[in-house]
Amino acid sequence: MNSAVALQTTLPILIPLISGALSLVLWRSRQLQRGISVLGTGALMIASVWLLLSVYADGIQVMYAGNWPAPFGIVLVADLLSSIMVMLTGITGLATAVYSLATISKKHEHYGYYPLMHLLLAGVNGAFLTGDIFNLYVWFEVMLVASFALLILGGERAQMEGAIKYVTLNLVSSAIFLSAIGLLYGLTGTLNMADLAVKLADHQDNPMVQVIAMLFLMAFGIKAGAFPLFFWLPASYHTPRVAVSSLFAGLLTKVGVYALFRVFTLIFPLGDSLTRDLLLGMAGATMLVGVLGAAAQFEFRRILSFHIISQIGYMLMGLALYTPLAIIGGVFYIIHHIIVKSNLFLISGLIYRLQGSYDLKQLGGVWRSHPMIGVLFLIPALSLAGLPPLSGFFGKFIVIKAGVEAQQWWLVGVALLVGLLTLYSMTKIWAEVFWKELPEGAAAPAQQRGGTSLMVITIVALSTMTVLIGVAAEPVYKLAEHTASQLLDSQAYIQSVLGVN
Amino acid sequence: MNMPKQPDSLILRVTGHFLLPLLIMFSLFLLLRGHNEPGGGFIGGLVASAAIALHLFFTDVQSARRLIWLDPRDLLGWGLSIAIASGVIAMFSGLPFLSALWTELTVPMFGMLKIGTPLMFDIGVYLVVIGTVLNILLSLAEAEEA
Repeated sequence: MNSAVALQTTLPILIPLISGALSLVLWRSRQLQRGISVLGTGALMIASVWLLLSVYADGIQVMYAGNWPAPFGIVLVADLLSSIMVMLTGITGLATAVYSLATISKKHEHYGYYPLMHLLLAGVNGAFLTGDIFNLYVWFEVMLVASFALLILGGERAQMEGAIKYVTLNLVSSAIFLSAIGLLYGLTGTLNMADLAVKLADHQDNPMVQVIAMLFLMAFGIKAGAFPLFFWLPASYHTPRVAVSSLFAGLLTKVGVYALFRVFTLIFPLGDSLTRDLLLGMAGATMLVGVLGAAAQFEFRRILSFHIISQIGYMLMGLALYTPLAIIGGVFYIIHHIIVKSNLFLISGLIYRLQGSYDLKQLGGVWRSHPMIGVLFLIPALSLAGLPPLSGFFGKFIVIKAGVEAQQWWLVGVALLVGLLTLYSMTKIWAEVFWKELPEGAAAPAQQRGGTSLMVITIVALSTMTVLIGVAAEPVYKLAEHTASQLLDSQAYIQSVLGVN
Repeated sequence: MNMPKQPDSLILRVTGHFLLPLLIMFSLFLLLRGHNEPGGGFIGGLVASAAIALHLFFTDVQSARRLIWLDPRDLLGWGLSIAIASGVIAMFSGLPFLSALWTELTVPMFGMLKIGTPLMFDIGVYLVVIGTVLNILLSLAEAEEA
């Protein structure tokens, strides 16, 4: 095996692991940890771009951990979907690391903020790259343990309250996931995803397969924040530091979405199954419930949290329609969403820095005092709502077009309505935070610390990416098209992992 | 210091002092025996942490900290670094991450000794487990004493 291939598939996991270990060793020095966090995430981003470029050029890259052959050992598989997700992790990771320099307090740093952040990134990348279903479970746990700790770092009352719901539901989901893996292993005797896809073809009539598929749907549905078990998300995402919220909002639920895409294209291809009908229903309900939940909120970050849920619905819709165009739409949507959503959370943090509150009723007048921040907010906000020519428009357009082609009229109706309601939500934030006069007796600004320029730089960079995805929609569409055809042709994946059959 | 004195038990103190070295040796035995037989870094680390927890029962946090003479966070960091390094070593010889490399040494008066990167990985895990458990235990004990 080519050692460059082994290196580039390993690096996205290895770099955050090494950065995490180094920041643990150097826990006495704040400055060194801060340096490592930026250098480490920067290196991660470069490595992820390298991975994506070579996967795009040479096809699926496989790395056999410990040099064990395929169905027996653990494999890391980088196909286009995996490498796109890894690259988005790199971007979000770097953005968060830079933003953290300005916003994370000494106390949080002292309690191990940076090692946990690196560990979280390692877990997320591991989940994206692994080709082994049990290993996927392990990476999920790595990611969750790190996220539990990040969520309660600081130990405020609201954080504990949110964390209880977050931890409980995620543990339930892990238990279901693990049971499903156990049943699957009992049925087929293998854990390698490619091997599972081959072996399950002989079990088409076994009703147990349907049961296991349902268990996976439920487990990943919880992680993705899909209807009906989504309520842990708006209960917890607004409680930690903004940098942490942004990292969670960008990446964690998307790991669940990624797992759904992977499992229901490779192991249990959707076809015309009960699972598909269920997934279609879940997609519609997720969109609608999320956006309606947001309409009732008046806390900046809670509105954004509810919008994560409604956006997850669009991605699920892309998967559930299960046509090539729909999968393209789903992938495009994920690319657009991760950047926009992380950015919006970062902006809420910037406004908190300026005015000392997240409550829309306490905020106001930002357009008069800082018009540039208004522009920076409008880019991701309008993109989220799906206004052309921003990235969200193309994502929504492709998914909805696929829905029309599949003649899923009610789902198309819901998707259009939700787009409109998202615009309403964003207008609400705009009117309250930017246009309204600053109310009497508003909260005092948070104590002034330096580094606001670092926050602005991060937000500008992410907003630029949103604009670029919109302007250069064609190359991104091409990339999503390749990804979709790779996902729908599971033979290529199986052959790359198991060798030629 | 107006600290509530822990109930002092002669039996616990005497057996504790006696058991501590035995338990540490047993944990090292488990660590080195691992890989192909039941044992390994994880279980060895747990036994070692249990030994120090026992010490904590009949002394105080300061004494337990003196006993391990390293901050648990250092153990955690170095352990993790050693474990990762054991996987990276293979990459320098062109093998995938975590590939096992073995070498045989002839030690005088002892015979053949087979050591390799899995042992290094286990030592890393051993340190990480001790570091994690003691970090939790000592923080809790300190919170109680404060």
